[in-house]
Amino acid sequence: MQIIKRIGIAVMTLLLVTGLTFVLVHNMPGDVFEVIAYRIAQQQSITYEEALQQARAIIHYDPNVPLLTQFTEYAGGLLRGDLGKSVIFQQPVNKIVAEAVPWTVFVLSVSLLISFVIGTLAGMVMAWKRKTFLDPIVTTISSVTDAIPDYVTALLLMVIFAVNLRWFPTKGAYSSSTIPGFNLPFIISVMKHGALPIFVYILQGFGGWALLMKGSAVSVLGEDYIMAARARGLKERRIITNYLGRNALLPSVTALAMSLGGMLGGSVLVETVYAYPGLGWFFGQAVSMRDYGLMQGLFFLTATAVITANLLADLIYSRLDPRIRTGE
Amino acid sequence: MKTSWRILRRNPRALLGFVILLGFGLMATIGPYLIKLDEDQNFAERFQAPSLSHLMGTDYVGRDVFAQIIYGSRDVLIVAVLAAILTILIGVFIGAISGLAGGPLDTTLMMLVNVILTVPSFPLMLIIASMFKVTNPISYALLLAIWSWGGLARAVRSQILSLKKREFIEAARVLGLPAGHIIFRQLLPNITPYLAINFISIMRHAITASVGIMMLGLVPYSSSNWGMMLNLAVFQSGAVYTPSAIFYLLAPITAICLFQLGGIFFAHGLDELMNPRLRS
Repeated sequence: MQIIKRIGIAVMTLLLVTGLTFVLVHNMPGDVFEVIAYRIAQQQSITYEEALQQARAIIHYDPNVPLLTQFTEYAGGLLRGDLGKSVIFQQPVNKIVAEAVPWTVFVLSVSLLISFVIGTLAGMVMAWKRKTFLDPIVTTISSVTDAIPDYVTALLLMVIFAVNLRWFPTKGAYSSSTIPGFNLPFIISVMKHGALPIFVYILQGFGGWALLMKGSAVSVLGEDYIMAARARGLKERRIITNYLGRNALLPSVTALAMSLGGMLGGSVLVETVYAYPGLGWFFGQAVSMRDYGLMQGLFFLTATAVITANLLADLIYSRLDPRIRTGE
Repeated sequence: MKTSWRILRRNPRALLGFVILLGFGLMATIGPYLIKLDEDQNFAERFQAPSLSHLMGTDYVGRDVFAQIIYGSRDVLIVAVLAAILTILIGVFIGAISGLAGGPLDTTLMMLVNVILTVPSFPLMLIIASMFKVTNPISYALLLAIWSWGGLARAVRSQILSLKKREFIEAARVLGLPAGHIIFRQLLPNITPYLAINFISIMRHAITASVGIMMLGLVPYSSSNWGMMLNLAVFQSGAVYTPSAIFYLLAPITAICLFQLGGIFFAHGLDELMNPRLRS
């Protein structure tokens, strides 16, 4: 029953998001259409009237059609997996997404994995050993990264390592002199271009994972079954992996699932700073060039990913932890 | 007042945070009266290093960076304070209604909060910023607040729920005191400390978001805002790639980080001040 209720709430949220993006675009200031229509008229050298028609078709919006029909058409497109069209790039949003997703997923999954593993291990050590050299380091890192917005970290790293030291390139996902494919120069180029964004995300995430793990490990250490395991004279290693690790990892795993979902949104600002052509960069472009079709499509995609991830995290949590299976 | 000073003095980190925030406050209120913002362009003096006449160097058209930081602080802080006030007003309103009313209204409101918390807020702010003309601090603050009150509303609701069961509220009810009295005289004063601590962290987040949005070139209503400075330095004038322009770039960055750090430090002290149980 719980599962059905959760799925129900997720579906409702998704419907609300669909409605929201629809309403936003529906209430779009009138001159936006004119701007887009002028742009199309110039690009394709057609009359203004024709361009206006095209602009309306692109954003799934025609003021002469009843509201409900408009909404069903819009939602129908989404259900068929059609995210709409981009005005600026003159392409279906689906095609842009297909180009952008690999970059965002590459950078974010690598950094998420690294910061999760290092952070969780550090948190575990901090809880088990108490008062190690790690504590002050992790506390400092986490309050500093809490204070510095990610885009500022990105800017600083770029100025230091890309502009001044020239260790890494400043923009793009790979060097235009390499041929995309499975060859060494291309792979090295991709690594070099991805290194700084990856490092930014690792820095931003590490402290959080460490503190989360430390907190839950400390509370698990106070449980009776740990004391019982110790009293039975079990090996330290066994207590750490089987008793402490498994139980303390629960909140981290759920948070990881949620972060994986949030990942698809990318970070608009970090990707824009590095001109890294992932979903976030395209979203930034869409927003600054008032490309409502692209904005709408990408936002819907992001929201769907986040909602699905939250639902999954809920389900994972209730599967892993039998205590919360029965009630809220 | 005396106790607060004593607690601040014993907690050097909180004191440092307080001094930083106070410094920013003074900078934003008095600063613009002391220093003139010179908008004149002077290409001969572009990207200068700090000197006596230009404490933080000059920007891409030779304007004084220090003056821009000072005028920017007024801009940034006004927006952040307004955003925090709006966020708290909406959050307390929704949370209190939800906690007090209960029943279907509570369920509906909490569903709304759920939606607000799930849907990613920054992209949504960007969309809204691109659709409506944001031309003054009030509308900018509204933009920042409109999707940020979810967590606060939820926390206020649960505090109200637990307060509702306490003896002094029961007593007030039994005494037949009017609902308004119970809400404004009994319930709200009890959550004020919580709100005070949140005020600073909401301001910090509002600054991060507002500067970020401006850095993307949206909402360009003020040219000396730190976010606008970053936008010009990073995306417009190529100052990022000019080694001699490093101070122009570092000035807004340092200002943002310093404020954030001050906020974090001070919030710790405030925590201790408002919550006697934390005092050792």
